[in-house]
Amino acid sequence: MKQLVILSGKGGTGKTSVAAALAHLAAEDRPIVLADADVDAANLELVLAPTKREEHIFMGGQKAIIVADACTACGRCAEVCRFDAVIPHPYPPRSAHPPSPPRIGEEKGGLGGWGESYSINPLACEGCAACVYQCPAEAIHMEEQQAGLWFRSDTRFGPLFHAHLFAGQENSGRLVTIVKQQARLLALDEGRELLIVDGPPGIGCPVIAASAGADLALVVTEPTVSGVHDLERILGTVNHFRVPALVLVNKADLNPAHTAHIAAYCQARGIALVGQLPYDNVVTTAMVQGQPVTVYEPAGAMAHALRAVWAQVRARLNDAG
Amino acid sequence: MIIAVASGKGGTGKTTVATSLALSLAADGAGVLFLDCDVEEPNAALFLRPALDQSEEVGVLIPQVDAERCTFCGRCAQVCVWHALAVVGRQVLVFPELCHGCGSCTLNCPAGAIHEVLHVMGRLETGRAGPITFGHGILNVGQAMAVPIIRQLKKKHLTPGDDRVVILDASPGTSCPVVETMRGADFVLLVTEPTPFGLHDLRLAVQVARDELGLPVGVVVNRDGPGDTGARPRLDWVDAYCAAERIPILMRIPLDRHIAEAISDGTPLVTARPEYRPRFAALYERIAQEVAARQEAT
Repeated sequence: MKQLVILSGKGGTGKTSVAAALAHLAAEDRPIVLADADVDAANLELVLAPTKREEHIFMGGQKAIIVADACTACGRCAEVCRFDAVIPHPYPPRSAHPPSPPRIGEEKGGLGGWGESYSINPLACEGCAACVYQCPAEAIHMEEQQAGLWFRSDTRFGPLFHAHLFAGQENSGRLVTIVKQQARLLALDEGRELLIVDGPPGIGCPVIAASAGADLALVVTEPTVSGVHDLERILGTVNHFRVPALVLVNKADLNPAHTAHIAAYCQARGIALVGQLPYDNVVTTAMVQGQPVTVYEPAGAMAHALRAVWAQVRARLNDAG
Repeated sequence: MIIAVASGKGGTGKTTVATSLALSLAADGAGVLFLDCDVEEPNAALFLRPALDQSEEVGVLIPQVDAERCTFCGRCAQVCVWHALAVVGRQVLVFPELCHGCGSCTLNCPAGAIHEVLHVMGRLETGRAGPITFGHGILNVGQAMAVPIIRQLKKKHLTPGDDRVVILDASPGTSCPVVETMRGADFVLLVTEPTPFGLHDLRLAVQVARDELGLPVGVVVNRDGPGDTGARPRLDWVDAYCAAERIPILMRIPLDRHIAEAISDGTPLVTARPEYRPRFAALYERIAQEVAARQEAT
């Protein structure tokens, strides 16, 4: 089983539209599994019209909870929290010149701090439990929080694993890992030959999780100053984790000079440029219709270009490993 | 006034809007601080072209164990929820990539054998772009955690009572880096495009900004159709959604290939199209009104 991850660095270059088209083309010649690894803004389902088969709860990290009755308002939790997650009440303080919040290492005179009571802001809480160990009144405990859902769905191209991380939650990397693990297990069980992972933008933790174990990364970029800048960083990231990469330029005719620069950049580093897609609103029109562009307009220039891309990606996947 | 510019979906024009807003306000004489909080892929400098004259390394404070004082009791490993420490025989192993820098091990070590050192994950750069004070954070390639860089970028530049207009350019998505950027903002400006992906991710961004953080929000519709290519159906879904949710649409930028070409070369929108300058000034006035209305209501 081979694993292809689609990345971009910069957002909005067309990762998901390319992933949907490749899912369509790949499924014509082999059984595949799909995973949407952009768990905080999952869009693949919007073009694949999945039927949900399973729904599972994703437990994120733990968050601290202060039991108000047990709290003596000493302020020690606010003192040790490095994530500004402990909120003193009232806030802002009632007095005109409140004492500044105490800092770690400063001696503090008895009870009081600068709040009359304290609570935890769950969006800011990192879940480190430092406050739990430091609270002299044992008024703080940790609680596991539900941070999202993940799904197994069926699409006309194969099973899709996707997720919904609740607004503002952490641990997107862990949720990505779960989605991918589940997709891999099913692929191995059913003898499916290819896992296509639609990755998130950026280069941080969810991208690293999406790329882990991939045989090949297809990086979708665009000929803009931002696209070029971000391409260099995402190629550095996949190289750091030893994932071989191919590059695809979307909207290539928008700025031919930048497209030429990208081609030269890739050539100098021995990275294959597997295609140039035109700047064409047909992709958006297909998206509005809820179709991969290769299904919506199978004889169009865009579909033709994507078929050529898939032929090269397929050849590289067959060579890999 | 602190304005965070966010979107949910990537590539909708956050940086285009944020930089043009900053340039328009600065041209009118306002004091402007611009912070690019998309530390994974910081692009605002490509448009504002600041002279960066200050750079510092940032990261998290990780434990370093003094072998002379350590009793190998294992307490540090026990309290670390990230498993960033392990005591193996008469050795303490520290895994910097797993450490979140919470300091719990230091606080809990009974022998006082732990002190902390900086584990570098990126850097902050500061400078000026004409009248605009500019700062951005850059996560090092291969590093996973963006949030500590964003936190330190904001800590370095933001002081209470600052009367400048502060513009925070967020990363795409709706998870922890976006929350860290939005925290403490007075207003969140959400840039979207009238496509199914744009609308879907706009809803998620509203959930974070308005519903979780309780901040006032407004929308900029970018690449508003039908535009110059004519082929695309106009989507009224974003308008319908905003009307139903009572979210003001504060500005529209049409789908225009010439604008896209200018931006592809790093030319800010208001430089390519100076007639947008008063529109961005008006956008700021609308934001100020929304914030004032919110303050009166609470």
